[in-house]
Amino acid sequence: MNGYLHLWLIPLLPFAGFLFNGILGKRLPKWIVTTVALLAPLTAFALVLIAVSSLLGPQDGPSPFPFIETCPLGWLNIGTLHIDFSFVLDQLSLVMLLVVTGVGFLIHIYSVGYMKEDKGYARYFSYLNLFLFFMTVLVLAGNALLMFVGWEGVGLASYLLIGFWFQKTTAADAGKKAFIVNRIGDFGFLIGMFLLLANFGTLTFTEIATKLGQDPGWTGGAVTVIALCLLLGATGKSAQLPLYIWLPDAMEGPTPVSALIHAATMVTAGVYMIARNHVLFDHSPFALGVVAVVGAATALFAATIALVQTDIKRVLAYSTISQLGYMFLGCGVAAYSAAIFHLVTHAFFKALLFLAAGSVIHAIGGEQDLRKMGGLRKKLPVTFAVTTVGVLAISGFPFFSGSYSKDAILSAAFAQGDIGKALCFVGLFTALLTSFYMFRLWYLAFFGKPRGEAESNHHPTPWSMLVPLLILALLSIGGGWLSGAWTGVGRFGSFLAPVLGLSATDSESASLEVTISVIAFVVFVLGWFVAEMFYGQKSERPARLAAALPGAYKLLAGKYYVDEIYGAFVVKPLLLFSKYFLSPVVDKALLGGTAWLLGGVPTFAGALLQRWQSGNLRSYAAWLTAGAAAVLLFVVVPWYLVWPESLDFVWKVARH
Amino acid sequence: MSSFLSQQVPLSWYLLLSAVLFSLGIVGFLIKRNLITVFMSIELMLNAVNLSFVTFARQWQFCDAAVQGCLLAQAHAVKGQIFVFFVMMVAAAEAAVGLAIIIAVFRARATLAVDRIDLMKL
Repeated sequence: MNGYLHLWLIPLLPFAGFLFNGILGKRLPKWIVTTVALLAPLTAFALVLIAVSSLLGPQDGPSPFPFIETCPLGWLNIGTLHIDFSFVLDQLSLVMLLVVTGVGFLIHIYSVGYMKEDKGYARYFSYLNLFLFFMTVLVLAGNALLMFVGWEGVGLASYLLIGFWFQKTTAADAGKKAFIVNRIGDFGFLIGMFLLLANFGTLTFTEIATKLGQDPGWTGGAVTVIALCLLLGATGKSAQLPLYIWLPDAMEGPTPVSALIHAATMVTAGVYMIARNHVLFDHSPFALGVVAVVGAATALFAATIALVQTDIKRVLAYSTISQLGYMFLGCGVAAYSAAIFHLVTHAFFKALLFLAAGSVIHAIGGEQDLRKMGGLRKKLPVTFAVTTVGVLAISGFPFFSGSYSKDAILSAAFAQGDIGKALCFVGLFTALLTSFYMFRLWYLAFFGKPRGEAESNHHPTPWSMLVPLLILALLSIGGGWLSGAWTGVGRFGSFLAPVLGLSATDSESASLEVTISVIAFVVFVLGWFVAEMFYGQKSERPARLAAALPGAYKLLAGKYYVDEIYGAFVVKPLLLFSKYFLSPVVDKALLGGTAWLLGGVPTFAGALLQRWQSGNLRSYAAWLTAGAAAVLLFVVVPWYLVWPESLDFVWKVARH
Repeated sequence: MSSFLSQQVPLSWYLLLSAVLFSLGIVGFLIKRNLITVFMSIELMLNAVNLSFVTFARQWQFCDAAVQGCLLAQAHAVKGQIFVFFVMMVAAAEAAVGLAIIIAVFRARATLAVDRIDLMKL
């Protein structure tokens, strides 16, 4: 590896940007803020590209990966526990870093145009840089604890950015919701780490893998529990069942934030974490099965909700949850490279779709309701074009990026026995729904007649928003060609193989993948066709269907009432418990009482003793004399006559 | 001469005088209003203590060497006298500082009545 590559600079540069803009940004002219904010991800991206360049040259000698950089000072040294600040660059973290810094940089550029008129411009960019700092720490971390630092940090950045417009109550509440729901997942992650320490005595990923490899006896039992705890953490961060509820609400944040954090990078951290710890999951078939089922169930569940959403960003949010479900499905059938492949392509097309949605919202003056859009095709030709690319990519149009990764996951699932086949069909059905709701969005926003009144005053889209859109559109088309094959993960999988191993499908015949791809294409066309029937031609059909199936429609429009159920069974009891027990008994009586005593006793004693300090010299003289007399009395009076045992003590002391 | 001191005036007389002087000092310390008088009372107490020091030193010097151990007695006698010097030295230093404070107080307040020098009262 190049001697001049410094991994620690990759997180630290965005952190410097955060400090600079966070402290000084408010007082500086806008162009300085912009320059600093853009330089941070750009330089980090350049450093990652340097790392990539080391792979391009002639490959003689040993592989440069994994490249490990450890802070010589250490971090925690407690007994036998040693935890270092160590960064690891291998194939997996390199891919993630490329996505995080690359897409991150594009979204920074986009934000320059999108947030131009916002008062919190500098604050926005400092948070965005802070996010990149924590995300790169998360990706580069060589042990679970350092990963947890990044994990919590991105949660913080996410909270800050969801509640960026904190004057709006809904935004502030959404931020809190995201943070609290994530805490539940983090609890799982923490317990998983404690169990790792208890069972393996280390948190370093490579050492855990070595210890697991040495002893084939590690199956099930503790490993399953650890894997399930880590899965709980991943479901929180990656918005899977049952902890997905925060992501739709997170759409209260600015749209570029939704693109960067809540679609492309942060929410994929759970998938990355599972891939990073894949050795643990490999040793526990049960945990893997749970991952697969959770993924498939989430994919289907979120896709059905997306069918009837009317807010353009919420449609995309549910589709993100659904796509993350695909990634979990990929992890669950041990096709980690397929899952990471889907992570990458999803980062491209979902960032594109969100940014395009942001461009639409920006152009028509803040309107997010699909029912009030329509006919935007001619007014926003570029946005229309790139959205089309994104819709085709996510729905699985052949040779667009989404089709490669999705088909790879589905065929890997198909190869995993009966349950795998069932999950594969769930995935295919979800693909049908995906195709339908994405084209529904496409038709509603861009075709037909304008339905809203906001259309008249549309702003032109600045270049800073168009350039990232175009680049992401190209990546959404061509991202899948990384595989270098007609279908499946191909070359991408073999690149990641040193870290993730080869999945079962890599040895399967290519005919399976082709078959799945053909079926997926049919499904895609079917979804498009239905959307065309419903939203492309006659607009009364959806209403008729909703009237025909009122129960189903209500259920979907109410998002299965999950928020209400959680509210009634979790939030409300907790609130009542807090209000009638924790607050009056624990907080006010116990803690408040203790604090009152701690302060009250000295105050009371002081009130008494301050009489002593009269300031009168003769009273001091009297006390002094009294004290001296008391000492004299103590020394002179023969206490041994009053209290004979005291003499024994004196003798004892004298003898020693 | 030595026998004159130790035999003609008994030890207890010296100690009694010392106690009387010390008590007078305490009473003056407690009841007098004038700062200088208070100060003088403190000096009186110090000197009462000095008197008992030298008394005991003298006593050790003329005790029965055969009974008590001659060298030890001599050492005790010297100690008592040296302590008096220490006390005198401290008293001198105290007098220098104390008088300076008294002068400063008088300049500031134009009074030396201790009842009226009570700025530190809460």
